Amino acid sequence: MATINAGAPSAQGETAQVLSSSAKPIVNDFSLQVATVNGSGSQSANNVLLRSIFAMGIPVSGKNLFPSNIAGLPTWYTIRASKHGYVARKEDIDILIAMNPETAQEDIESLRPGSVAIYEEKLNLRQYRSDVICYEVPFDKITAEVCPDARLRKLVRNMVYVGVAAQLFSIDMATVEDSVRRQFSTKKKAAELNLNAVKAGYDFAANSLVKSDPYAVERLHLTDGKIIIDGNAACALGAMFAGVTVVTWYPITPSSSVVEQLIDYLKEYRVEEDGKASFAVVQAEDELAAIGMVLGAGWAGARSMTATSGPGISLMAEFAGLGYFAEIPGVIFDIQRVGPSTGLPTRTLQGDILSTAVLSHGDTRHVLLLPCSVKECFEFGIAAFDLTEQLQTPVFVLSDLDLGMNNWMSDKFDYPEKPIHRGKVLSAEDLNRLGGNWGRYRDVDGDGIPYRTLPGTDHPKAAYFTRGSGHNPDAKYTERADDYQNLMDRLAHKFETARTLVPEPQIVANGTSKVGIIAYGTSDYAVLESRDQLQKEYGVATDYLRIRAYPFAKEIHDFVASHDRVYIVEQNRDAQMLSLLKLDLPAKQTVKLRSILHYNGLPIDARSITNLFTQQEEL
Amino acid sequence: MATPSAPAPKVNRLGLPILDYRGGKTTLCAGCGHNAISERIIDAMYEMGVQPERVMKLSGIGCSSKSPAYFLSRSHSFNSVHGRMPSVATGALLANKSMLGLGVSGDGDTASIGIGQFMHLMRRNLPLIYIIEDNGVYGLTKGQFSATADIGSRLKTGVANELPPIDTCSLAIELGATFVGRSFSGDKKQLLTMLKAAIAHKGTVMLDVISPCVTFNDHEGSTKSYKYMQEHEEAISEAGFVPSFEDIAVDYDPGTTYDVEMHDGSHLRLRKLHEDYDPTDRIHAVKSLMEAHARGEVLTGVFYVDPRKPSFTDMLNLVDQPLATLPQERTRPSRKVLDEIMAEHE
Repeated sequence: MATINAGAPSAQGETAQVLSSSAKPIVNDFSLQVATVNGSGSQSANNVLLRSIFAMGIPVSGKNLFPSNIAGLPTWYTIRASKHGYVARKEDIDILIAMNPETAQEDIESLRPGSVAIYEEKLNLRQYRSDVICYEVPFDKITAEVCPDARLRKLVRNMVYVGVAAQLFSIDMATVEDSVRRQFSTKKKAAELNLNAVKAGYDFAANSLVKSDPYAVERLHLTDGKIIIDGNAACALGAMFAGVTVVTWYPITPSSSVVEQLIDYLKEYRVEEDGKASFAVVQAEDELAAIGMVLGAGWAGARSMTATSGPGISLMAEFAGLGYFAEIPGVIFDIQRVGPSTGLPTRTLQGDILSTAVLSHGDTRHVLLLPCSVKECFEFGIAAFDLTEQLQTPVFVLSDLDLGMNNWMSDKFDYPEKPIHRGKVLSAEDLNRLGGNWGRYRDVDGDGIPYRTLPGTDHPKAAYFTRGSGHNPDAKYTERADDYQNLMDRLAHKFETARTLVPEPQIVANGTSKVGIIAYGTSDYAVLESRDQLQKEYGVATDYLRIRAYPFAKEIHDFVASHDRVYIVEQNRDAQMLSLLKLDLPAKQTVKLRSILHYNGLPIDARSITNLFTQQEEL
Repeated sequence: MATPSAPAPKVNRLGLPILDYRGGKTTLCAGCGHNAISERIIDAMYEMGVQPERVMKLSGIGCSSKSPAYFLSRSHSFNSVHGRMPSVATGALLANKSMLGLGVSGDGDTASIGIGQFMHLMRRNLPLIYIIEDNGVYGLTKGQFSATADIGSRLKTGVANELPPIDTCSLAIELGATFVGRSFSGDKKQLLTMLKAAIAHKGTVMLDVISPCVTFNDHEGSTKSYKYMQEHEEAISEAGFVPSFEDIAVDYDPGTTYDVEMHDGSHLRLRKLHEDYDPTDRIHAVKSLMEAHARGEVLTGVFYVDPRKPSFTDMLNLVDQPLATLPQERTRPSRKVLDEIMAEHE
């Protein structure tokens, strides 16, 4: 029975009646949260729900909020369906499926009045909230009936809520069935068992629950031709299509699945006909070794990469400086998580921006690419390998846990049309032509980017000595004041060249707004939604620029110059991007910068941005 | 009448004079053991007829790690960061497995700051010649102990080392290196022979070469001085080497000599100087090292060799051509592949 616990028993039916009949149906616009424990197999059930809604043509996003633990601790999975195409986290939960007795009371207490809760009937959560629409389901009983094997019940139980939700919110059962078969495509028996559980949940809801909430799914066609994929898989695909040949890594959440998925792809698509691999993957002893191998391989001419997260980035600092100073290519994917220190390993933050931009001692600057979507993870994954060889310096791709480990809807990725760019490498023939007269660190072209040779180049003048100590244009050891300063100036000049080569920002401007918003990475989705809120609720039009790389392109300077106030939205405490902009902008521009910050480890949501914006604008 | 002409310069089998194997002028102290090791590397590469362009020199930080600038100018060289040469060498050799990798490190660079990477390098059996120029002290920071200093060994200031030394040879054997030996920079013949055999080996060669620091560790009370080595060196075997390009003319007595056929067809001949010497027995090799140490001897020679164990690059089953120079057709999958993967995610 669906009930609203309004306190007095006599009022119960009445209240439910009022809510169910008077509430306007809310179609294709809700967020549903499943509270479970990790290690219980709920991910399969959640994927089935997500995929089913996606397959019905409704834009969805799924966010997994999980503990740093193997099994037994609370986990929440949130699915947002939005006909508007909003895929940012929504602060309010509309529908709760409370499967974890440990957190059930807190879960239901956190709901907004009028929300929906589905839970195991024994938990009797009605007692805590009189203003929530409650659906009680005997999950244990239903599961036992469809799953004779007691050992499997823990896993199968989750599929029952899929069936209940499908019935209550009109998710098409044929679509759900497809999703289940897809989820268990290699395990036919498991597919049947889980399908039976879904059906049992569906039948129970149809026979025993009275629909009294306003939420429903209706078929749309907004996801036609789109894919669902996680950011780490997209980074892996980018690396493979960039032609990566040497991959090194040390496992760390949330980056491990970049390399794990890359290994799968490489085994499938990069083993040649004779069974030999056109790639090498090494699980290193730590992140210091991982980056050392990347630079060794980059120096010797391979397209090399590693993937890590904040603690790994900290460990890589010394080598990063060597890469910058000795001008060695290599790609580092940083899937950012909450720091400092171990921090919250399974929560998200844009926390490595500032430290990575200047990673290592001395005057050091690094190229950062900042993807906001899975499609950009793929595209920047490819671009990073071209840029690192073009610029002969390490390139960092800064994703985050939200982007990397969650499933995102996307247009299909486009095959790279540009050929691979290997940068300025002199061959033995080139050296013959030059009569052997070349210098590893000479700025021949005036762009600050020198020429290099690879070990094994068959020419007596090909070799040079690479060192992290002082070196002159001919790669000879030097401690001379002018040699050092000239080198540092050339490296700065090279960084100026990088400004013109990195992905340019994306700008949405109407030409009249005085107020601009700047964001980057996964803050994009919440900013897009917040700008709609500001327009709709406050009549405020804003211009928007999304930074896609560091060093900052000229357009970023122009954007700040052409607005009175510019809000930098970011997911960290210390306004890291704002600080980096301050280092780059003229002093009279920096006073225009204001901050909107979000740093609780959860992905940023639109309402938080809107609130902080309107407070500062005094709206 | 024939005109007198200058005698043709002596050349090796590639037609290269030894001059083509030399490097820049050393900046190390006069008499430094490291300079003698550089000389032996030059001799070994010359005598083995290694094309200098086919060699990659890799090093960490320290006096020893500067030395690659003083030999083989025609080889690419990478003087990296302190204690991390193994990882750089690993990456470089994965990128181009056709190169001969030569790593030069010191006792501080290996046994102190670099012990972690050293151990994992040994485990992987990366095809690399790893030389420790071992003097028991830090030179560039002016004479502090490193982790290979013996208990009781004294600094110039009289301070005695109280912690036990790390035996890099025992470690290397235990962890999986396939050619492990110790030599002395002052022992020209032994070191040269071992280096030549090292060039012929496919797998990790770990050579710990005692190389006295004339400035900070060559005094009375040091266990890494020239004098101490002259008094305490104890060779476990006498090494002879017949390269693959020479005929095996010399007979040997199988009762007293081990003949090891190397990866390239060369032969390493190890004549027993210790009765129960067996360079194919890891456990025995480690035992010999520990016993010699207990007797106060510095054991030298080839302790362990296994020319058959697959190297790291073999295990990875890499394509024949170096990864570094694979063309786009072999590294970027086709449009069809991307379409296929996209369809899987629809």
